[in-house]
Amino acid sequence: MPDRVVRALLAAAFVGLLLLLPYGLSFSQQEILVFLTINILVVSSYRLLTLTGEWSLGHVVIMGVGAYGSALLSKELGVPVPISMVLGALTAALVAYGLSFPLLRMKGFYFLIGSFAAGEIIRLLWKRFRDPFGGPKGIKQIDPMPDFDIVIWRFDFFEPVSYYYFSLAVVGLCLWIMWRIERSPVGLTFHAVHWQDRLAEAAGINVRAYRTMAFVIASGFSGLAGALLAHYIGTVNPNSFDIEQMVFVLTWAIVGGTSTFRGPILGCIVLTVLNEIVLREIGLEQGRPFVYGLVLILSVLFLPKGLEGLIEKAGKLRLPGRTLPSG
Amino acid sequence: MIELLAQTGLNAIYAAAYLSLVAVGLVLIFGVMGVINFAHGELFMLGAYAVVALYSGANMPFLLVAAIGLVFVGCVGLLMEVSMFGPLRDNPLGGLVASIGFLLMLQALVSMGFGVRMEHVPPVTQSVIEFSDKVRLPVQRLFVILAAAMFLALLWLFLKRTRFGWALRASAQDPEAAALQGISARQASMIAMFIGASLAGIAGALTAPLNSVNPHMGHAVIVAAFIVIIVGGVGSLEGAVFAAVAYAVIHTVVTTFWDGVIADIVGLSLMLLVLIVKPTGLFGTADRA
Repeated sequence: MPDRVVRALLAAAFVGLLLLLPYGLSFSQQEILVFLTINILVVSSYRLLTLTGEWSLGHVVIMGVGAYGSALLSKELGVPVPISMVLGALTAALVAYGLSFPLLRMKGFYFLIGSFAAGEIIRLLWKRFRDPFGGPKGIKQIDPMPDFDIVIWRFDFFEPVSYYYFSLAVVGLCLWIMWRIERSPVGLTFHAVHWQDRLAEAAGINVRAYRTMAFVIASGFSGLAGALLAHYIGTVNPNSFDIEQMVFVLTWAIVGGTSTFRGPILGCIVLTVLNEIVLREIGLEQGRPFVYGLVLILSVLFLPKGLEGLIEKAGKLRLPGRTLPSG
Repeated sequence: MIELLAQTGLNAIYAAAYLSLVAVGLVLIFGVMGVINFAHGELFMLGAYAVVALYSGANMPFLLVAAIGLVFVGCVGLLMEVSMFGPLRDNPLGGLVASIGFLLMLQALVSMGFGVRMEHVPPVTQSVIEFSDKVRLPVQRLFVILAAAMFLALLWLFLKRTRFGWALRASAQDPEAAALQGISARQASMIAMFIGASLAGIAGALTAPLNSVNPHMGHAVIVAAFIVIIVGGVGSLEGAVFAAVAYAVIHTVVTTFWDGVIADIVGLSLMLLVLIVKPTGLFGTADRA
């Protein structure tokens, strides 16, 4: 069989597997599957941001901007839900564009602290202004996705399976777009801005513009993830986007390794499965922050390239075995 | 009006006192090791919980408990140096990320040990110095102010007058040249980490009866400390003390006339402004990041 057919078959099998996945799971596990899907979008968009070399601590707050934006648009202005999600994502991108003016003047450690400060300011604004943000209690009773039918499947969005399919489609599309962006000349320029910023500048690349672009695009996707989350759980508050959530995203990204596209996704899946299956089984759910903190430290210390690095290493170990017979 | 200003001034001095203890420790650690300790607020929190466990729990004398808190948190600092900052010495960003992980672990440990509810710490003394009807200074607050002044003076003497202090400052200025003079960088960073952590611990312990003690109390502290060290300049001890006073005044005034959240927003905006206009801070010169 030609390569293309094999690849198409593999892709079809993979999609089929994803579609069948919820049926082996309990109700609460199906809910976790929805969160996992949304989190994959968050961590992938975070990687897009790190492509230009900046590590933000405000990414989860930007996700919250999308969540608040979409929730308020649908609740206060009556914008229909799927459209409000897109508008929420645009709000997040717009806020990120505004923030890029002060933040992108900074680099490295200053950017980290600056993004943390900017995120805290946004969170405090949510807390302080009861109208329209609802204060510390946040926004409740956010409109759910309206139900609809597609040929054979009735989308009833109180069912996690339906919302899983919906978010799977949205996240899949977003991942594909991000993948295309990274493979495009724009994405290659992101890499150049990260590793060779002086050289890139000398070659006539507007480094600042590309850093802004990465920041804004990543924030838009993060905002979309926030909107997906808001209309699923039906409530958002300032604490759902605090530094603890940011540490989770950071841990997924670092444990998976940010040098490849699949690394952070891998990290997110492995840690979620570890968390939900192992910790829940031994009744240590309360210890989740502890385990995440420990895993984060250990991976910074011992896995500088993340799980992805382990796979690479395993590949190298196998290499001599494979080359010997032919040689 | 004058009375209100006087009272606001007293509140600001109190806030500046414990804040400068926290910020000076953070600056010392950054100066010697080049790493920002994100878990510094949690070290403060540990100091407060030492008081919860030994003073309100086991009824030991307050001063003894504060001393135990100081040594204990200092040792936690040493643990951080040995396990994270030492091995990551060439990777300051990695050190920062690791300290965020440590922050989460400390929070989780304390939550599991004590619960997430606010702890009540009985006051050490109820007496209040009354300057007038509306201008009052609780003796506990006065005690914190005096203790902070004492510790800052001790630190200053240590850094300027002792051989260890010289070694520490040399190591902060130029680690390689210091190493050539036979100063062990590892030793310097362990001393810095112990002192920095124990200052946060003692600040947390002394203010515990006046504070709402809970596992997440470190967050407000680290935010305030970041503002202070960025405004003061990340490498400057004097700048940190000055910025702590300035920030405490601004924060207390805004809290008095508007509210606490607005005061936080003002503080963070000031910090962003300094980061944009003069990233080395108002007093900073060295730029190690």
